[in-house]
Amino acid sequence: MLDERGTRCPMPVVALARMVNARPEDRLLLLADDPAAETDVPAWCRLRQRTLAWVGDSPDGRGRAYLVVPLEASPAEA
Amino acid sequence: MGHYGRVVAHSSSTSPLARDTPSGARSRPPAGYLDAASTEPLHPAAREALLVALDQGWADPSRRYHQARRARLLLDAARETVAAVLGARPDEVSFTTSGTQAVGLGVAGLVRGRERVGRRVLSSAVEHSSVLHAAQAAVGAESRTLPVDPLGRVDLDATAAALREPGVALLALQTANHEVGTRQPVDAAAALAQQHAVPLLVDAAQSVGREPLPVGWSVLTASGHKWGGPAGVGVLAVRTGVRWRSPSPEGALEHGRVPGYVDVPGVVAAAAALEAVERERSTESGRLWALVDRLRTRVPQLVADTVVLGDGVDRLPHLVTFSFLYVDGEVLLADLDRAGFAVSSGSSCVADSLQPSHVLAAMGALTHGNLRISLPVGVAEADVDRLLAVLPGVVSDVRAVLGTTDL
Repeated sequence: MLDERGTRCPMPVVALARMVNARPEDRLLLLADDPAAETDVPAWCRLRQRTLAWVGDSPDGRGRAYLVVPLEASPAEA
Repeated sequence: MGHYGRVVAHSSSTSPLARDTPSGARSRPPAGYLDAASTEPLHPAAREALLVALDQGWADPSRRYHQARRARLLLDAARETVAAVLGARPDEVSFTTSGTQAVGLGVAGLVRGRERVGRRVLSSAVEHSSVLHAAQAAVGAESRTLPVDPLGRVDLDATAAALREPGVALLALQTANHEVGTRQPVDAAAALAQQHAVPLLVDAAQSVGREPLPVGWSVLTASGHKWGGPAGVGVLAVRTGVRWRSPSPEGALEHGRVPGYVDVPGVVAAAAALEAVERERSTESGRLWALVDRLRTRVPQLVADTVVLGDGVDRLPHLVTFSFLYVDGEVLLADLDRAGFAVSSGSSCVADSLQPSHVLAAMGALTHGNLRISLPVGVAEADVDRLLAVLPGVVSDVRAVLGTTDL
């Protein structure tokens, strides 16, 4: 899990990219409250061939949660 | 002054002042100014006409004395010039104090005129904020936005479906998008609107003076400073027979459509600029189109992880937008400013709010590292080449600072 709440664009996506680079096989849950992330996380997933498996509110209600998985993984496994 | 005699003698045709501007070599816009979509630098023809009209057209054009009649002649001539370019009758054209005011009056007047039919204002999700705000603000109106494809073009199937529902007051659609340049299918939308007897408001702010205009509108709006006129002049054109009712207490000026006093010198200057850019358009539009094409081709070759936004072919001639992955738009703009370039961005860090551009969001485009380049009329080719030389280094510096070079 990656908590980028409080950072602004492009930092949530930069942090996501760093983590995916370091652990390319993992499923990652990104928390972010930057409104730009709503558009930029899905756009980044398309550019970098990842699947955005799920988007919803953060468990504690602050910001949004993005589940990013490798391209082949199905959302059900996550 | 010589202008006065010519004004009287030739007022029946196009703006007489525009003819007095020097032809041939035109002056260039300021070097590095690549933000024409925000505002076009004042056209030399507008400056000249403005100075003359400040002397000759200052009086109240609704009065009967000779100074007033002179102002009226100038105003009538300007109206004929603008109407001819819009493909409208002069009595269909009113001048407002801004493009935003024209949009506000256009939307609110159609909503009032359609009170008994419906109150829903349909618009594409990528309209200028003035249209979206007007749709939300018009008394009793209810706004609904229509989705766009990844190029920013409105979904015609969704448009048709929304028009089939009862209760639609109007459909609002831009000629082309102000952030990514994609042209909208205005002719097709006009045909759909006509099938359902729904009036169509066309926001032509980015197209007037730059490309041919559609004809199927009920109301058309534009903004003088976008084509090289002074700030403070908007255009509201209402087709004869369209049910449009003034949302403000009606005055005698501007066919009762616009509250307040008309700025005759400003209008005359805007008309002179429009006449001049229209005269230059046949050659200039193709030149700008090719320069934008060069940018669209070269920038992604020179800068890794660049997304070119909008339609590459069916687009405005003078505008292109990129998003650079892992780039802070605010830093990018500041660095380009230091390098001598004036450009703009739809990234949230550049906006007054924390929200990214609603246009980019509706397209699902990358919103960070966003850069809009829009070429003013007469831009030097060397400016475009210098930007191509400078941009790769600027972007890689921004990425190096963020430590994202290898991501």
